[in-house]
Amino acid sequence: MEWTGLFFYLVSFLIASGIYAILCLALNIQWGMGGLFNAGIAGFFAVGAYASAIMTTAPSDKHLGGFGMPVPVGLVAAAVLAGLAGWAVAKICVRLKSDYLAMASIGIAEILRLVIVNAERVTNGSLGIAGIPRPFDGWVQGRAADLLFLGFVWVIVAAAYVVSQRLHDSPWGRTLRAIRDNEAAARAAGKDVERFRLQTFVIGCAIMGVAGGLTAHEFKFLSPAATEPLMVTFLVWVMLMAGGSGNNKGAIAGGLGIWAIWSMTEILTNQLLPPEWITRSSYIRILLIGLLLQFVLQKFRSGLIPEASPPIRFKGD
Amino acid sequence: MIEFINYYLIPALTLGSIYALGAVGISMIFGILRFAHFAHGDLMTVGAYGVLTAVWFVPVHPLLLIPVGAALAIAAALAVDRFFYRPLRQLATIYTVISSFGVALIFRSLAQLLWSSDNQVLVKGVTPPLVLFGTFRIAALHAEAIALTLVIAVALHLFLTRSKTGRSMRAVSDEPELAAVAGIDTEKVIRWTWVIAAALAAIAGVFAGMDTTVHPNLGWNLQLAMFAAAILGGIGKPMGAIAGGFIIGLAEELSTYNWVGDNPLISPSYKTAVGFLIMVALLIFRPQGLFRGRLL
Repeated sequence: MEWTGLFFYLVSFLIASGIYAILCLALNIQWGMGGLFNAGIAGFFAVGAYASAIMTTAPSDKHLGGFGMPVPVGLVAAAVLAGLAGWAVAKICVRLKSDYLAMASIGIAEILRLVIVNAERVTNGSLGIAGIPRPFDGWVQGRAADLLFLGFVWVIVAAAYVVSQRLHDSPWGRTLRAIRDNEAAARAAGKDVERFRLQTFVIGCAIMGVAGGLTAHEFKFLSPAATEPLMVTFLVWVMLMAGGSGNNKGAIAGGLGIWAIWSMTEILTNQLLPPEWITRSSYIRILLIGLLLQFVLQKFRSGLIPEASPPIRFKGD
Repeated sequence: MIEFINYYLIPALTLGSIYALGAVGISMIFGILRFAHFAHGDLMTVGAYGVLTAVWFVPVHPLLLIPVGAALAIAAALAVDRFFYRPLRQLATIYTVISSFGVALIFRSLAQLLWSSDNQVLVKGVTPPLVLFGTFRIAALHAEAIALTLVIAVALHLFLTRSKTGRSMRAVSDEPELAAVAGIDTEKVIRWTWVIAAALAAIAGVFAGMDTTVHPNLGWNLQLAMFAAAILGGIGKPMGAIAGGFIIGLAEELSTYNWVGDNPLISPSYKTAVGFLIMVALLIFRPQGLFRGRLL
């Protein structure tokens, strides 16, 4: 019994860290390759989560829809809507220096979250959306369904990895890194800097939307609390910085590693701390993650798996 | 009209003074250290908790205990600069921005650990409003906040234009290399920037905490509006930031007034979005702000 409990703890750990890995890959496209500071991950994540939830739930009078569509359709809708939101944001702010992009993206993400809480007819406000299906619902029951969903999530992680890796190695990715490292030189070489940045931002946001959709399907229930910037935006930043920004493997490693630290410290603090401190244990973990970020920034800037330029291949090889 | 002044204009000016005091610090840090300081709101929270603790021990009016909160915020800011921001100073400033996000969380989680995440009140009981000319009813706190902010604005202006330290701060903000060549001690200027920014943040935090309650998200929730105010006033223009703070405060509060018909122009639940929207609009159309600040 002990072992099955542990096994399914591992399953839920891997589902959550898979979703974080997708977010890290998305942020890696924007920040690691493109140097775009997106501080509003939670906003695009929320758009994707609500899009997929509304598309796939059974019709309800509590919120818009649902349209009872299959889960993949919901995830496509999540990518499209989050991408569109990203396009609008990028159209406005990719010209600006990164600090301003940080302010603008965090501001727009907060507006999106405010709209989600208040647009009760669309999202059912803070009461949330219940009864969100998972893919292959009805094929298997109970805990086997968790395993199937785990596979589904990691297939998407693999897909996101392949896409990111192709983008990274392609001429498009090289141009992106050229812009990141020396914008003036890239511009002088005739590259349309704004267009590359716009594309980068939209692709990243679309993938963030997919991660949001997956979270909705994981919990089968979605409320604004799931889009908390602390757990979505900030933790993803720490993961990418620790894993190695600019490296897709590093992004996945960071997602797994930091989520492992986060989950394990939860077990530790719950067992070691006196009962009256248990309620405050999550604050200790946030404090530790904040300090870990400072350590990474000062001593460990290139991360677990540092960025490596793709090898140059010639036609004859 | 009287109702408009009592229930909309005066609270708007109070909110404006909170934003103004926070925005001055953001604008100065952006001008001199050249990064967007995302832990500034949480510095306000630290200051508010400092005063809250002082009130437990010395039960006098919280405004008299501002020095305690300011001292705590200054100590926190200087420590964070020494240990977290200074090691990153030679790198691209974006790393300091990322670091400041982490610092914001460190401050907030420490506040939650040490003072719990409950809402706590600075002043118990209800103070009757001041009644002027039999018609204007102004809460004492509102009058104090607006008056104190105006006094601080004048004092800050004098400090920046008359004193040697203030002038070297402006020099570093305008042209850092030239200032260094002219023999200005940059590290000293940076220390003074933190002292002033943190002290003003603490005062803003106390006002905000007295207006509602003290809780760990107090400053973070106000922060984006303060950024909007700093950009509106023009980065590196402290007086612009004060004006920007009042403009954003007025815009947020007055957008809920029933200008057209009987209903509020904008539902109060969207009130905070007004500040964000102004910020986004500014970033698109006029990132240098109203008063021709610098565009970094």
